[in-house]
Amino acid sequence: MSKRKVRSETLYFALRNNKLRVGLSVILFFLVLTFVGPLLTHYAPYDYVNPLGAQPPSAKYWFGTTMFGQDVFTQFVHGLKATFLVGVVGGGLGTLIGILIGFTAGYRGGVVDEVLNMITNIVLVIPTLAILLIIAAYLKVRGILTESIFIGCTAWPWAARAIRAQTFSLRSREFVDLARLSGMSPWRIIFTEIAPNMMSYLLLVFILQFGGAILNAATLDFIGLGPTNAVSLGLMMNNAVLWGALLLGIWWWFVPPGLAIMAIVGALYVTNVGLDEVFNPKLREM
Amino acid sequence: MRRYLGRKLLIYVLTFFLAVTIDWLIPRFMPGDPVQTMLSRASLHAEAVEVMHGYYTRAFGLDVPVWRQYLNFWVAIFHGDLGTSVYLFPQPVIKIIMRAVPYDVFLLLPAILLSWFAGNWFGAFAARNKWLDNTLLPLGYILTATPYMWLGILLAWLFGVVLGIFPIAGAYSFSMRPHLSWAFIGSVVKHWFLPFASIFLVKFGGWAIGMRNMIIYELEADYSHYLEALGAPRGLIRKYAFRNAILPQITGLSLDLGVIVAGALVTEVVFSYPGIGYLILQAIQNQDYFLIQGCFLFIIIGVLLANFAIDIAYVIVDPRTRLGMVGESA
Repeated sequence: MSKRKVRSETLYFALRNNKLRVGLSVILFFLVLTFVGPLLTHYAPYDYVNPLGAQPPSAKYWFGTTMFGQDVFTQFVHGLKATFLVGVVGGGLGTLIGILIGFTAGYRGGVVDEVLNMITNIVLVIPTLAILLIIAAYLKVRGILTESIFIGCTAWPWAARAIRAQTFSLRSREFVDLARLSGMSPWRIIFTEIAPNMMSYLLLVFILQFGGAILNAATLDFIGLGPTNAVSLGLMMNNAVLWGALLLGIWWWFVPPGLAIMAIVGALYVTNVGLDEVFNPKLREM
Repeated sequence: MRRYLGRKLLIYVLTFFLAVTIDWLIPRFMPGDPVQTMLSRASLHAEAVEVMHGYYTRAFGLDVPVWRQYLNFWVAIFHGDLGTSVYLFPQPVIKIIMRAVPYDVFLLLPAILLSWFAGNWFGAFAARNKWLDNTLLPLGYILTATPYMWLGILLAWLFGVVLGIFPIAGAYSFSMRPHLSWAFIGSVVKHWFLPFASIFLVKFGGWAIGMRNMIIYELEADYSHYLEALGAPRGLIRKYAFRNAILPQITGLSLDLGVIVAGALVTEVVFSYPGIGYLILQAIQNQDYFLIQGCFLFIIIGVLLANFAIDIAYVIVDPRTRLGMVGESA
């Protein structure tokens, strides 16, 4: 089968996979909202726009206003941007470190593998959040980018482990032996012979890292260790709980941010399974 | 088996060593001087501050060389001495933590175990069942993607504020003192239920999805097709698939402990549930580094113990580890 035909077949199944269609639509919807949203509102996230304080959603304030009269919709769309940024940077970094360590350990084997595997297992056991808490408490000024980098730096272990296992099974294949015999350098073999064969797998790892980074960021933001100079969905929930939105019944303050996180991460997971079905014919629904 | 458990044990010992070292570094690398923080709270005279500073530096053992401090820290840990809290001075950190630990065990153990069993059972049941797959599994995806605190907030708002069925703060009624009576136990259970439910539901979704996907992998494996070709009953094939699929789920449980700890932390914050998660937040807000240190150490110990328990369970469930056939992947 030619490469082109494989690609068109993948596309054929991708377009007919319901999970993929639903997942991607939801993500696309929020992505569009992230870019279009800020154009629809003329306030800044922390502007005090409504002198009456907390008011339920109305034609003027689509998602209502917070206790201080800030526009929830404005905070929401700006928070979405932070969410996607954390996902891309944190998830991307986590995947990248996982790829580097996983490939090295899986391809080299021997002592290198032993050492890297040991490090991976150790970092895997230490609860990520405990480390993130300490780092976050240490930094007085935190931006979303800093937060993403730290999240990425602590999220890689399971990715490294999974990629290592895959590399392990690929490295003894004939085409890899052939490449080695032809005198290719190890990294060239990894990137031209091994990586292309697990591209779909790496994509799935990235999607899961993306979702994990978003949830991690929400957790950090919620306990008040999120960005100090920006707005995020987790921070909105933090503020809502901190100022008694629960008891006052200001539901429009805490429902949208959590709902968005849930929808985005859920859509990522569904996309992940959908892609898995597309790439792996065995899993397709009969 | 000895090789398998020995390897694991080595990793845990190394992890513990590294974690304790990081732990020791916490108050030393944090911005600001913890002693200064405590003294600034007391608003004393300048000379008094100087005297007190010297006194507390000695009291916290900060006047000896760094390597000595590090050794002392190890010695102290094995004596169960985690120093004195700054925020709740002069209570020893270990005492504060010991007060919180029972709540964590009470909250987490049932939530983790029940969600794991229920999720796996349900996931196995739903796999390749068109109706369940299409109706209830989306729910699983939604649950597992839900941030813990948001589900907590929603439950607290719905059942606590709107319906007024459950209390939304504390571990027992504020008007009670801990004692042994049905009224008190009832109050404890009532306060426990919502935090438990939020952790349970999120995890339940995750396990159900994981199991469903695993079972489908197994049902498509060669041995399943072979059994099918032999004419084995569907139930038998599923049983074999389940036995194989449960193994990654056990590994998954140990990989997931860190995430559950994080989830428990925010859940405790939402419900002001007095476990270690709630404590660590207060410690951070009050810059009580000794308390942070203690909480971190306890979380590590808890996670390591749980991991080891899971490893032992794995050995019991998977005969291959007992025969030394699985060493590499473990």
